[in-house]
Amino acid sequence: MTTDMATARIPETTVPVEPGWAVLDGNEAAASVAYALSDVVAIYPITPASPMGEFSDSWSDAGIPNLFGSVPDVIEMQSEAGAAGALHGAATKGALATTFTASQGLLLMLPNMFKIAGELTPAVIHVAARTVATHALSIFGDHSDVMAARTTGWTMLSAGSVQEAHDFAAVSHAVSLATRVPVLHFFDGFRTSHEVAKIRTLSAGDLRSLVDPDLIAAHRARGLTPDAPVLRGSAQNPDVFFQAREAANPFHDAVPAAIADVFTILAELSGRQYGLVDYVGAPDAEQVLVLMGSAAGAAEEAVEALVAAGERVGLLKVRLYRPFPAAALVAALPATVSDVAVLDRTKEPGAGGEPLYLDTVAALVEALATGGRPSLPRVVGGRYGLSSKEFTPAMAAAVFDHLRAVRSGTLAASGPPAHGFTVGIVDDVTRRSLPWSRERLTVAGAESVRTAVFYGLGSDGTVSANKATVKILGENTDMHVQGYFVYDSKKSGAVTVSHLRMSPDPIRSSYLIDEADLVACHQFSLLMHMDVLASARPGATFLLNSPYGPDEVWEQLPVEVQRTVLDKALRMYVVDAYAVAADVGLRQRINSVMMPAFFALISVLPQLESMDHIRRYFEKTYARRGRAVVEQNLRAIDGAVAALHQVTIPASATSVLHRRDPVPADAPDFVQRVTARMIAGEGDLLPVSALPVDGTFPTATAQFEKRTLALEIPIWDPAICIDCNKCAMVCPHTAIRAKVAEPDAFEMLPTVLPRKEFKSRELPGRQLIIQVAPDDCTGCGICVDVCPARSKSEARHKAINMEPIGPHLETERERFAAFLQLPEAPRDQVAQGSVKGSQLLQPLFEFSGACAGCGETPYLRLVSQLFGDRAIVANATGCSSIFGGNLPTTPWAVNADGRGPAWSNSLFEDNAEIGLGIRLAMDQSRRLAAELLRRLTPPLDADVVAALLAGCDERDDAGIGAQRERVADLKRRLAEVPPGAVESADAVLLASVADDLVHRSVWVVGGDGWAYDIGFSGLDHAMASGRDVNLLVLDTEVYSNTGGQASKSTPRAAVAKFASGGKQTPKKDLGIIAMAYGSVYVAQIALGANDVQTLRALQEAEAYPGPSLVIAYSTCIAHGIDMRTSMTHQKDAVASGYWPLFRFRPGSGEHEHPFQLDSKAPSIPFAQFARSEARFAVLARTHPDHAAALASAAQSDIDERWRYYSQLAGLERSVTVEGEEPE
Amino acid sequence: MSVDLSTRYLGLSLRSPLVASAGPVTRSLDKLRLLEDAGAGAVVLPSLFEEQLVAESEHIDALLGGVGAGFAEGGDFFTDDVAFATGPSEYLELVTGAKSALSIPVIASLNGISPSGWTHYAAVLEEAGADALELNEYRVAADPNRSAAEVEDEVLAVVEQVRSSVSLPIAIKLGPYFSSLPHLARRIADAGAQGLVLFNRFYQPDLDLETLHATPHLVLSSSDELRLPLRWIGLLRGRVDCDLALSTGAHTSEDAVKAILVGADVVMMTSALLHHGPAHVAEVEAGMRAWFDERDYDSVEQARGSAAWATGPDPTAFERANYLSVLTSLR
Repeated sequence: MTTDMATARIPETTVPVEPGWAVLDGNEAAASVAYALSDVVAIYPITPASPMGEFSDSWSDAGIPNLFGSVPDVIEMQSEAGAAGALHGAATKGALATTFTASQGLLLMLPNMFKIAGELTPAVIHVAARTVATHALSIFGDHSDVMAARTTGWTMLSAGSVQEAHDFAAVSHAVSLATRVPVLHFFDGFRTSHEVAKIRTLSAGDLRSLVDPDLIAAHRARGLTPDAPVLRGSAQNPDVFFQAREAANPFHDAVPAAIADVFTILAELSGRQYGLVDYVGAPDAEQVLVLMGSAAGAAEEAVEALVAAGERVGLLKVRLYRPFPAAALVAALPATVSDVAVLDRTKEPGAGGEPLYLDTVAALVEALATGGRPSLPRVVGGRYGLSSKEFTPAMAAAVFDHLRAVRSGTLAASGPPAHGFTVGIVDDVTRRSLPWSRERLTVAGAESVRTAVFYGLGSDGTVSANKATVKILGENTDMHVQGYFVYDSKKSGAVTVSHLRMSPDPIRSSYLIDEADLVACHQFSLLMHMDVLASARPGATFLLNSPYGPDEVWEQLPVEVQRTVLDKALRMYVVDAYAVAADVGLRQRINSVMMPAFFALISVLPQLESMDHIRRYFEKTYARRGRAVVEQNLRAIDGAVAALHQVTIPASATSVLHRRDPVPADAPDFVQRVTARMIAGEGDLLPVSALPVDGTFPTATAQFEKRTLALEIPIWDPAICIDCNKCAMVCPHTAIRAKVAEPDAFEMLPTVLPRKEFKSRELPGRQLIIQVAPDDCTGCGICVDVCPARSKSEARHKAINMEPIGPHLETERERFAAFLQLPEAPRDQVAQGSVKGSQLLQPLFEFSGACAGCGETPYLRLVSQLFGDRAIVANATGCSSIFGGNLPTTPWAVNADGRGPAWSNSLFEDNAEIGLGIRLAMDQSRRLAAELLRRLTPPLDADVVAALLAGCDERDDAGIGAQRERVADLKRRLAEVPPGAVESADAVLLASVADDLVHRSVWVVGGDGWAYDIGFSGLDHAMASGRDVNLLVLDTEVYSNTGGQASKSTPRAAVAKFASGGKQTPKKDLGIIAMAYGSVYVAQIALGANDVQTLRALQEAEAYPGPSLVIAYSTCIAHGIDMRTSMTHQKDAVASGYWPLFRFRPGSGEHEHPFQLDSKAPSIPFAQFARSEARFAVLARTHPDHAAALASAAQSDIDERWRYYSQLAGLERSVTVEGEEPE
Repeated sequence: MSVDLSTRYLGLSLRSPLVASAGPVTRSLDKLRLLEDAGAGAVVLPSLFEEQLVAESEHIDALLGGVGAGFAEGGDFFTDDVAFATGPSEYLELVTGAKSALSIPVIASLNGISPSGWTHYAAVLEEAGADALELNEYRVAADPNRSAAEVEDEVLAVVEQVRSSVSLPIAIKLGPYFSSLPHLARRIADAGAQGLVLFNRFYQPDLDLETLHATPHLVLSSSDELRLPLRWIGLLRGRVDCDLALSTGAHTSEDAVKAILVGADVVMMTSALLHHGPAHVAEVEAGMRAWFDERDYDSVEQARGSAAWATGPDPTAFERANYLSVLTSLR
């Protein structure tokens, strides 16, 4: 029967029956083996290791068996600590168990890792090695996480490429079983985990040959069983612990030989021979680099080039890091070596050197001492590549040059030092960095490699098109391919740069392309912001998606681009991809247009053949999405080729257009010097001195990063506006602003602003303006969706309407600049309890890089408007910490007095504790201030002190304003205390803490992954503490930031990663758990459903003197909805009873009814709400029968909860409310 | 002796002229079985809407295509390595299920929006085992730039394209808004359609006074609406070379008898079955039998078209006379 549905073929395992070529990224390469060799897979999301868990979950859901014919049990845990515990338990029972992690996740596993190794339990952890957060979080790759695990007793195996990640995954499982020592298998985060490359896969037969069934049986036999009970994990005392610890030595000692054995078997099976260490280079080398991981690729290229040029250099690649293969390392070093540089991809402040260096030195010294070497080479250590900083062949060459300079004694006294240097940065502070030059060497083989670099946006499909290109070329030709993808830090409008290499030989280049044969720019507007042609080699091809044809485009280019095209003699082509995509019905998706255009130009294949490959790829890939989509994409191929035109390049650059400066000329100094460089994509060039020493950055910087993303912006029609200010209330980017001012204030502006009479009792005679910030708007359209005011004569025309940005941009820019000059409304006169009034308060959170339509940001902006000038925000890692604190800029802002939210992100798991700690510190500071005030009375006047003590508790604007004046007055008085006076020490001390006499608001902010899962114990403890902290949960019901994995907040019946078959269990009811304390203020809110209730809940939470928990429904792109209607979805969520609104206000009165249901009984069925969200709707397509059962259970959950809540609403409860109020 | 209800429609032998038309009742196998038990002569399955397939396909594509996401930590939000039922597989399962569950003919219905969609899905439905195909020509000619002739040509093109791509018998279900329906009907028959289903009932949108949005509004038909197809079946009977199915307004046995008398080969019911359930077919059949039996008809074949424009007592009544008499009666 013909169907349009792709036939789901269930493979025998995740590795093929026969070895073959495959195009995979490092995560899939490792996970496919790990899955095949595991019974139990415990998972938890963390970038960049999450995809390994995602693959495992979806394979398990699809019923794909492991090598033993059984579908592994894949379970998501509440944290990495939980995953390690589950791993430990499963392995203790005798199962083959694995997990995947990175960075802080690995650190959370350390306690169990010591146990697992101590108990000689085979297990494997696959790590996409990532930077451990220190002064800042970084999701990128280095070895700081795995180095923190080097004392656990685990075998540590380092893979340097996608092929090695695949091979070493198998070796790890085999060796763990053979030695009983667990194995940590690691490869570089992003550089290897996310690099797509063509590799030779192992087959199921290969895995069977590598993993001895007798060893598996032995492992199972050691598992805990009541049939043969044992005691494991005893407590030991000084008498025996030490000896017992040494008893395991033979097992660890046996690891290197066991790995060598497995490597030998692997070589017999695959032809790929690895050693514990591998040496490449001149047999008579004098200078040798020692390193591990992906940098080996770049270093090997450098060594080959230098050896070819007659230099005596070599490279020692370390594969096995623990147990450290000292003997193998010494043996592999040529006897001629005089100088060794050991490069570590980690930093260990205070150590004599980084770990690999110290191990290498120890190995050589030991060899000297025991006669293994007649003499010692000079060994120096250096750092490179922290947080995925580039490491290139030129940098490797610079290290060889450095070694020679050390040898010859020609190092400059001003630095860098012989040992303890860095390479890849410019350190102008401690002068440790080596100079390097791109021109230092030409890498051999570069002639045969074709390279291409693509600039696009995260949302335009550029990356997926390039992944497809890599697959097409890798799977259909003999060519080797490599794809690597770089994203900027934003969630909306993220710029992506794709780097593609194609070569007849295997590709080792583990670094970005800086001399591309072809540069494609998929977004014309990027030409105005960035130097996309910097990576084009002379004579390269430039492919531009352009709304202008071949005859018009030249004059539309910035003059800088024109000059580069001329200087580099580029061949230039244009295609109007948006027009072609629109013609075939693909709307904004241009990947299917740009891909054929690329193939037409790159000429690695005959055009007909390549189009045929693309056609087949589209048919295969899009079949599962339906015939219509396949046909659209196929039509795009023909359209693309027809619309591709070469541009005749004029002789000179004459454009009047210029690339925009990254920040305005009047931006503050730091922004000009530092932030601007990062915005321009030149952060790599910033020297060490430019960066703050402790990770502290100024706020209020997002205003300088103008991105002009929107194709349409909202335009206000004052004639229709009814002053509700709902548009400003919902704007996720604070790009729609409301202000009221006296008519005079408008008259004084240089620009005429549209305005209308503002209807208000509190602020009579004022005029209202609603103004868009055109360069900051993302065009999400939510403001228009919520606008309730329509034209009487044309119903589609509202008080605010989306219009193409072009004709409005300049006018609205001028108007917004003038708007900013209008005075802010007096806070104490604004009706802050109304939506209308609240939006007249200055937002101190603006222009975040959150996704267009984000449901989280409006809550944060509202908090910033209400309490921002007195708030400290502790922000759990997640979306809100990324759009809140990912450089280059931050949306957290300041008012005219310089006050605004102070913000800190510590980790994912500890946020409630951080917030609580901040509260403790402030309360203590206040207690100290109060005590000092008493001690200093006199000389301080008793009335002044009494007023100051009374004013501590003032929480409204008028009260806080008055207290700030009292404190300022106090400081003046304290300053008058003579330095020699008896009281002077107390006065100085009081002056340092006096500001905390003014009320401070602590907001502990995070997502559901934090609150429901990994941070729940801390959240619980903060609630139990009784302290005055406001816990705001931005509940997207999924781990949004890491790509949409299920959390315990994910509702039953929703599809998420890690729950690809639909979540089986109901959502955890966090509000009820919190209410059980009785003394915690709890509210569940949804801005789009009831903005007044949201406002009220936030104000009550702030006013409540004890802990408050506010759970805020946050629509998210992970829900699979049209984000323009984000707020409408919130309405439906509430109307269906899916998200009931309530407030629990603890009280100590006699007949308190603390629980109040703020939403009405469900009026629409869950199914109606669910239909409009892909997270629910998708299940009906993938698992139709299952979906119906889950949907019915979900409806029962709703009915049951509503019944329960209804009863709660009638209950009397009276608790003693003890705000932890000092004094 | 009881009247013989057997009928031929689209070349198929039907035990009764009462046919369950495309609608919610023919969506489930259980109800299809009940319809057969109640005596339905054939069933028309709900339409396979190409527009819906395209919309679903595009919807899934948009949700899963990585559009809107695309940052370093989350390139997409849904795992994309599973098969989605975006194609007509569910519908095809209904066709094959109905074919194996029923012994009466199963007619599939198709609503296309593109030339390739019509032909592609027609072939798919034929392969799935449908006995005949009803082309659901649901269109509102809303474009001021398109002439009536152009609209009719498009309808013809659909018939011709489908005719050339399948060997199944096909009927076309039209709306009433054509200015020269008999002429169009003849062209349709010439183009190879074996049947005309009159009429498609267009849902008329309502206006929501809160949102000012036009909203879909479904009201079930009543017997009052029978008169429109009754007139046109009567006018066409014997004058076009294809079978005629009356659709819209047939609720009672009286309605069914009238339909047959003006010339309908089959009488289709949707609203009545939604309202009364599948067993209603038996009730209508019983009433119809009683009417024919009381008047000693041997078969419905005998009665079919006996009161049509060409054969009835007063042909003009199908044209203007009705209008005059209505006007007269209002005075």
